[in-house]
Amino acid sequence: MSSKPIAALSSEAALSRRGFLAKIGILFNACAALILAVPIARYLLSSLTIGGAGDHLSWVPLGRVTEFPEGETRLATFRNPFVMPTDGKTVDTTCWVRRIEGDQFQIFAINCAHLGCPVRWFPQSGLFMCPCHGGAYYRDGSRASGPPQRGLFEYPYKVEDSILTIQAGDLPTPGAPSAALVKEKSWWR
Amino acid sequence: MVEMIRRAGRWFDHRLQLAGPICDAAEHPVPRNTASWWYVFGSAALTVFLLQLVTGILLALTYVPSAGEAWSSLQALNHDVTLGWFIRAMHGWGSNFMVAIVLIHMAQVFLFGAHKYPRELTWIVGVFLLLMTLGMAFTGQIMRFDQDAYWGLGIGASIASRVPAIGPVVVKLMLGGPIIAGATLSRFFALHVFVIPGMLIAFVGLHLLMVLKLGINEWPMPGRIVKRATYEAQYHALTKSEGAPFVPYAIWKDLFFAAFIILAIAACGVYFGPFGPTGQPDPTIIQTAPRPDYFFLWLFALLSLLPPSLETPILLIGPAAVILGLILLPFLSGEGEKSWKRRPIAVVTVLMIAVALGTFTRLAQSAPWSPHMNAWSGDPVPDRYIHNTTALERQGALVFQVKQCRNCHALGNTGGQRGPALDNVAVRLTHDQLIRQVIQGGGNMPAYGNNLSPAETTALVAFLGSLHPPTQRPARDAALDIVFRDGQQKPASTQP
Repeated sequence: MSSKPIAALSSEAALSRRGFLAKIGILFNACAALILAVPIARYLLSSLTIGGAGDHLSWVPLGRVTEFPEGETRLATFRNPFVMPTDGKTVDTTCWVRRIEGDQFQIFAINCAHLGCPVRWFPQSGLFMCPCHGGAYYRDGSRASGPPQRGLFEYPYKVEDSILTIQAGDLPTPGAPSAALVKEKSWWR
Repeated sequence: MVEMIRRAGRWFDHRLQLAGPICDAAEHPVPRNTASWWYVFGSAALTVFLLQLVTGILLALTYVPSAGEAWSSLQALNHDVTLGWFIRAMHGWGSNFMVAIVLIHMAQVFLFGAHKYPRELTWIVGVFLLLMTLGMAFTGQIMRFDQDAYWGLGIGASIASRVPAIGPVVVKLMLGGPIIAGATLSRFFALHVFVIPGMLIAFVGLHLLMVLKLGINEWPMPGRIVKRATYEAQYHALTKSEGAPFVPYAIWKDLFFAAFIILAIAACGVYFGPFGPTGQPDPTIIQTAPRPDYFFLWLFALLSLLPPSLETPILLIGPAAVILGLILLPFLSGEGEKSWKRRPIAVVTVLMIAVALGTFTRLAQSAPWSPHMNAWSGDPVPDRYIHNTTALERQGALVFQVKQCRNCHALGNTGGQRGPALDNVAVRLTHDQLIRQVIQGGGNMPAYGNNLSPAETTALVAFLGSLHPPTQRPARDAALDIVFRDGQQKPASTQP
């Protein structure tokens, strides 16, 4: 046992050998933390990289064109293109299909452009109504009344071999990328 | 026997050396007048938090945090597991009680000036505790993975997406992917069960430590001014001259109230039962009207009633401004009067916030802004409105029903309240105004011009024109009376 007093790390006294080693130890741990931080950050942000350049978007079939009578708006169900094993029923989604005539369609997201509640189509009055805050839209998806600041979100579609397919894959929200695909501009952009 | 326990106690304390500090903490002197029923809400919040920890762990024994199975595991808790319903009910009611008690505690502390010097940091930590409590409430609502939870997440995502520039990134981080799915529930589970409770425990510890170190806020006396230079000496003198040991002088009230609150939560759980779950979290079932839990109803109301152009700025700036204000509060009013009797603005502020939150919550329970989706097929036009009417007016009543006007307009107190009730509409609007309103819409009403044939419009307006009390004549355009004075023929549309 040495009788020499050992300076604490925080003391103002000249740097002792032990104190220097303790500081190196802290630095060593900081390096270890930095090396660990990279994979942890990448893991945490992995939900972003899923759809980096919109590669989570895919074309999904809604059904034969003949299933949608001309001049009518019908509910269609599709499975989200990106599925994980624990998703349950949440990956089954719906949309409103309006067949104007021939191969001319409008495919509306079920989510209200205000805060995303499911809008319902009322053919008799020709309106989409939202049960949450009372947003209403005309048959062409344009805003009729209530808090929404824009029309319903639309999915891009194409008709190939009489099969109607839409480009889907993300939750339509006022700021989500799919919103940019719609012709109508958001008011704050 | 007693001697053995004592010896065991000494054996442990020789190694732990905790008896001294615990006794010091328990018997630290507190000003006598703080042994008041007004001072029990802090310990009550802690009690409910501990209860939530216990019931939460019990629920985790059965609950499955998977989007595919969460809902059925909740059903199993409700119906299959012995007393699972009771634990769910306790946890659900506990959350309501916790939000309420934390808010009451905050209001009491503010009105008693306890946020002032030297307890600023205690207040700030308390603000974070409030935010975490609300965070637990929101994430807890997601754990009950049903329709309300699913669409509630959609609402959260829609709000988050409005953040300028990084909105879509925030949404993906929040949902754990491009849509609401399994990953979303998993990450909210991690937040609800590990992250936020861990932070809560740490912050509650800090909060309590500061209450012990700085002493409980003395009962505020009007005229006893807080000054940084003198406060601590004054407080010290106060606890010396008229102090009493916290245990047992003050603690018995905390203990009584804690037991009362636990029993109240249990009673609510037994009487009202657990919350939900509502329908399955299946996005293909769109016949649903999502509603938030009790503590966020005021927000639901606010989102419906704000002018649309103000909505996004208020949603994004509002919470940050409120939090910043609460954090800055002890620095803006760190000294001066503590008593609510000399702080009228403080009292009015608390009252106004309470009244506003109460009003919004009350409104959200009936949600007059939401259309009644089934009114058109469920609520018939009252008989009295089609007695002694012409064929055209009856046809109009049919049009009124079939075109779903009932979803937004009430007749005889049934139907939607989105638009005005139409029982006396003919007194308010002339024939021409009715036509214009129906065809072009306006105010908050969609235009029906494209959805009504001229014949339907004529019939509908004839029916609406008949809706006036027998003692009151329908509205008419006085100017037209002058233009088409006697002798001249009136145009068909102004015929009553």
